[in-house]
Amino acid sequence: MKLVISAQNSNLESPVDNRFGRSQWLILFDTQSDQWKAFQNPGASQSGGAGVAAAQFVVDHAADVVISGDFGPNAARAFQSANIEMRLFPKQTLTVQEAVDLYKNDSLRKNT
Amino acid sequence: MQIAVASGKGGTGKTTIATSLALSLSNLARIRFFDCDVEAPNSHIFLKPRFEDISPAVIQIPQIQIDKCTACGRCVEVCEFHALAQVGRNILVFPQLCHGCGSCTWNCPENAIIEVPNQIGTLERGVGRENIEFFRGQLTISEPMATPIIRQLKKMGRPAEGTIDIFDAPPGASCSVVETLHGVDFALLVTEPTPFGLHDLKQMLGILRDLNIPAGLVINRDGIGDDSLVDIIEKQQIPVLLRVPFDRKLAESLAAGQSLVDVMPSYRQVFMRLYQQISKLVEGSKK
Repeated sequence: MKLVISAQNSNLESPVDNRFGRSQWLILFDTQSDQWKAFQNPGASQSGGAGVAAAQFVVDHAADVVISGDFGPNAARAFQSANIEMRLFPKQTLTVQEAVDLYKNDSLRKNT
Repeated sequence: MQIAVASGKGGTGKTTIATSLALSLSNLARIRFFDCDVEAPNSHIFLKPRFEDISPAVIQIPQIQIDKCTACGRCVEVCEFHALAQVGRNILVFPQLCHGCGSCTWNCPENAIIEVPNQIGTLERGVGRENIEFFRGQLTISEPMATPIIRQLKKMGRPAEGTIDIFDAPPGASCSVVETLHGVDFALLVTEPTPFGLHDLKQMLGILRDLNIPAGLVINRDGIGDDSLVDIIEKQQIPVLLRVPFDRKLAESLAAGQSLVDVMPSYRQVFMRLYQQISKLVEGSKK
């Protein structure tokens, strides 16, 4: 499974970012190989339409699951249409690695 | 003559000043009043217009003709506002992000995009107290984009000789304010001597310098705060045209829907002098 996680920094120890469209980094993580790569979120620098810009990036990278604190209506519509599953972090802050582990244990809430 | 009344900070008295100026000049010339605060228009409370016609404010948004679309993604690429996204072979349109610029339609190599109207609000025209022609734009709740309505509202009255147009600007110092200020002869800045008032006044002065529009200051709630306003006035050399003292009785009357010149009729003379000063400053700036 290919995951995308919104993060404040560019590594697995980084705290996650609860904002999806405006997070500085998006971390692409492959659960089969445990390989990962950090990308600057193209949404972060937009004056408007950040959620759609970030969602387009996730769609273009053929992710299966996107994990963040929340999703705006535009991003959510794009993910629904692309059949990309949205999962939410628990309330307390955690690192990207922890978010990956929680996903693997199937402990992340679905965005409804 | 076109005068915009702006402030930066909300609640400094833009509408109080703009409507009182309109009422005071109504014997002098034909007055047209434009309430450009399309997210929360309230000048009608003081000018009491009877609206005669209402029309939809629309922008043109793209509609993809699926039979012609090859999903090349060019429209998504050229959209500056991320109002389009591509998911597989589908192009998604996000109407609330669309500015109606037409880039997608223009750039589509297959001519697969047609434009359809999307209503974002209303435009109204009527006649208010003392025969003031009144124009109001209103953005539909949940619609995010004010500038197209303001642009269309201003087009309802082209500049005309011998007519005084007064534009009541929205609060803030963003696109909608710039749209209101665009092309006016003069900006009347209403401020109050508080840290927020001053902070936003500085932003407004910067915008007006960029737009090359002459400005003058109205200090409302004069007497509160401290001397930091004096520093700005001296540094920026902006003329102070009017001071309205802080007065609880006045505040109560305004809250009850009475205009400043109703509560204090002597202010009509004050606003007429204010207009003379504005005329001189505009003339001076054109030399």
